[in-house]
Amino acid sequence: MTLRRLADPEFFEAFDTVEGDGGEPVLQPDYGIRDPLDGLVLDDAPAAPRTSHHRLLKYLRREVLPTTFCVGCGGGTVLNAFAHAVDEMRIDPKTIVCVTGIGCSSWIPSPYFLCDTLHTTHGRAIAFATGVKVMRPDMKVIIIAGDGDLAGIGGNHLIHAARRNLDLTVFLVNNFIYGMTGGQVSPTTPFGAKTTTTPYRNVEHPFKIADIVAAAGGSYVARWTTYHAFQLMESMQNAIDKRGFSFVEILSQCPVSFGKMTGMGDPVAQLKDLRDRSIHIDDAKDVPEDELKNRFVVGKLVEHRRAEFGDGLQELIARRREALSDELDAGLRQDTSALETGR
Amino acid sequence: MSRPAENRQFTDLYLARLAGQEHFIQGDEAAALGAIFAGCNFFGGYPITPASEVAEVMARELPSVGGYYVQFEDELASISAVIGAAWAGARSMTATSGPGFSLMQENIGYACMTETPCVIVDVQRSGPSTGQATLPAQGDVMQARWGTHGDHEIIALAPSSAQECADLMIRAFDLAEEYRTPVIFLMDGEIGHLRERVVLPSPKSLRRTERRKASPGQPVFGGEAVPPMHEFGDGENVHVTGSTHREDGLRDVQTAEVHDRLVRRLVAKIENARKKIALVDIDTDDGASVGVLAYGATARPAKGAVLRARAEGHRVGFVRPVTIWPFPIDEIQRACDGLQRLLVPEMNLGQLSREIERHVDCEVIPLPKIGGVIHTSREILAAITEADS
Amino acid sequence: MIYIDEEFCKGCRICSEFCPTGVLGESETLNRKGYYPPVVAEEAECHGCRLCELLCPEFAIYIVNEWLDEQAG
Repeated sequence: MTLRRLADPEFFEAFDTVEGDGGEPVLQPDYGIRDPLDGLVLDDAPAAPRTSHHRLLKYLRREVLPTTFCVGCGGGTVLNAFAHAVDEMRIDPKTIVCVTGIGCSSWIPSPYFLCDTLHTTHGRAIAFATGVKVMRPDMKVIIIAGDGDLAGIGGNHLIHAARRNLDLTVFLVNNFIYGMTGGQVSPTTPFGAKTTTTPYRNVEHPFKIADIVAAAGGSYVARWTTYHAFQLMESMQNAIDKRGFSFVEILSQCPVSFGKMTGMGDPVAQLKDLRDRSIHIDDAKDVPEDELKNRFVVGKLVEHRRAEFGDGLQELIARRREALSDELDAGLRQDTSALETGR
Repeated sequence: MSRPAENRQFTDLYLARLAGQEHFIQGDEAAALGAIFAGCNFFGGYPITPASEVAEVMARELPSVGGYYVQFEDELASISAVIGAAWAGARSMTATSGPGFSLMQENIGYACMTETPCVIVDVQRSGPSTGQATLPAQGDVMQARWGTHGDHEIIALAPSSAQECADLMIRAFDLAEEYRTPVIFLMDGEIGHLRERVVLPSPKSLRRTERRKASPGQPVFGGEAVPPMHEFGDGENVHVTGSTHREDGLRDVQTAEVHDRLVRRLVAKIENARKKIALVDIDTDDGASVGVLAYGATARPAKGAVLRARAEGHRVGFVRPVTIWPFPIDEIQRACDGLQRLLVPEMNLGQLSREIERHVDCEVIPLPKIGGVIHTSREILAAITEADS
Repeated sequence: MIYIDEEFCKGCRICSEFCPTGVLGESETLNRKGYYPPVVAEEAECHGCRLCELLCPEFAIYIVNEWLDEQAG
């Protein structure tokens, strides 16, 4: 097989051509940044200065705004609710660590929310966060990531963290799809839905992930949607406040990746769908099981108190040191020689 | 609830008592105790033969020095938590073997990219895959160098005795802090389970390389070869990401120069320190035309063979790299100067031999041995005799 | 008082569609990114519920209640 020579100069305008040994043009990469719209004038006015005095802007990294979210993305609403929650609770963001994974939802606090941020690998945010929280129990460690990240590849870490009951707060933003990669089926995609990797419809059943976390031992488990703006914010406050593993599943609209294959490309339409199909848990009790099949049960699902993992570790240390201190005092006289001779 | 203030006096008393005791322990245990003396205060791990003893000793000792042992659901969680803990101020480590080491590769790359100091113990066992789970090998040498994707450098140390497991662990933690990098501690099942006499250092004699902290507002992902760090809770709004990032830590994946600058710096910071990091045990013999290079467990029978060969009248050089990566080129070249043949017994099919070949002029003769059985000094002696004829 | 940051807005219309009292309409001029931001069409109908402020994915619309702020001090 012979390779065709790349000879079309117009196609490779971005590359410098130099003469090769045989005199033929040889392509070299050009690292110069070139704006494809160079020379295209949109208007003559200079960029408008930021005049917004939105009181929550102080919680955001202003240099990265406006966001890269798609038009009408629920992720922006989650960021909004989170900032509102932090503001209302008067939490100093310097005491917060946001830990995220990979995917559109992981891009919610990173880089937008101004605090210590740990943007990790796909599915592992909760595991990273465990290391952070164990070393800094005084900080609020908050994980925000998506359904594919936390319930797919990261499912194991999610349920074990719930079991351990470490004082973490997890906001799982469920847009029913792998959005960032273009719209592949995820563990929460509805049965029968068309996605880029289920073009003939999804034959898998989705997780009810909040229920799984509740069964795994989460101390505070709730589900809301990006339509329920006020309830969502309040639920986030409760979750942050709760001592123990707290979890809020946030059903969110994805107009582009989820919308394109399901025909719901309009964010307003998706939000209305979330609104119409949601049913509060108190009302759901009276509804027969099969009628709930296509509904989302929202509200607080579970709240209880259990020994917290971080506390357990501290107690362990305290008890061990107490047991040792008698031994060490007794052996102190013999051991000072070891201390001083520098053996 | 905040973390209880570190009680240094208590810890030093406890370490002094440990140092004052006689220890006849396995390499695994020695490595764990070495880590305790190095100031390790977070261990995240998962049981795996032949590394489980490291976890067990850490679980036993960490609470005494105010540290945390957490056993995770798998190795992926373990290495993740180790990195998270490091950013929250810990000197953290994990311990595993081949299959677990394979699982950890993605996040080892994350630690390289984010310049997170941490120590990963790999007690190598016979592979690939489940292999001979309980038997030793040296098959992860190249994996330690290239296990994770993308261009990166790594530091890897290979102890040859239980005593070295303890001593080199302290060095491993220091190197991790000095170069802000993960350090692989390449043990093997042989040394890991070998019981020997170990002397632990007095805490007063320890000189630790402390973590360099940045001043307020200083960028922590650039600006110098090894930038200083901010930790979570310093109030600096650190942004740590595995994506390509600028000096301030914020993502920029579109600009080629940013990636070029970052990755070249990450590679250069270790490559340029190759000689500083290098630790090689060189025992040349004047007039020798044959040499033996061995590391880890294999160095023991190799040294024995060399001594016996010399007693029989052969002139044989011996070189034992303790630093496997970055490969100590100058030291190996110096040790092989004048040699015609270099024998390299390895418990793998010649992984380090290939690297040595690139750098030395003499003929490199690999002596591979797999099957979970260590070389005997007799075998190596026979090879020396043949090579020297 | 309703404030709209036209440069942050991406024209998703969530605010105008979900406003319970129909305060917001659509602007007839594009912003610099090519979107139609909302405009305040019926200011008198605004009860200050802040649903638009909470729902907006872009922090592009917000309510400032000067009287409440004064009371809060």
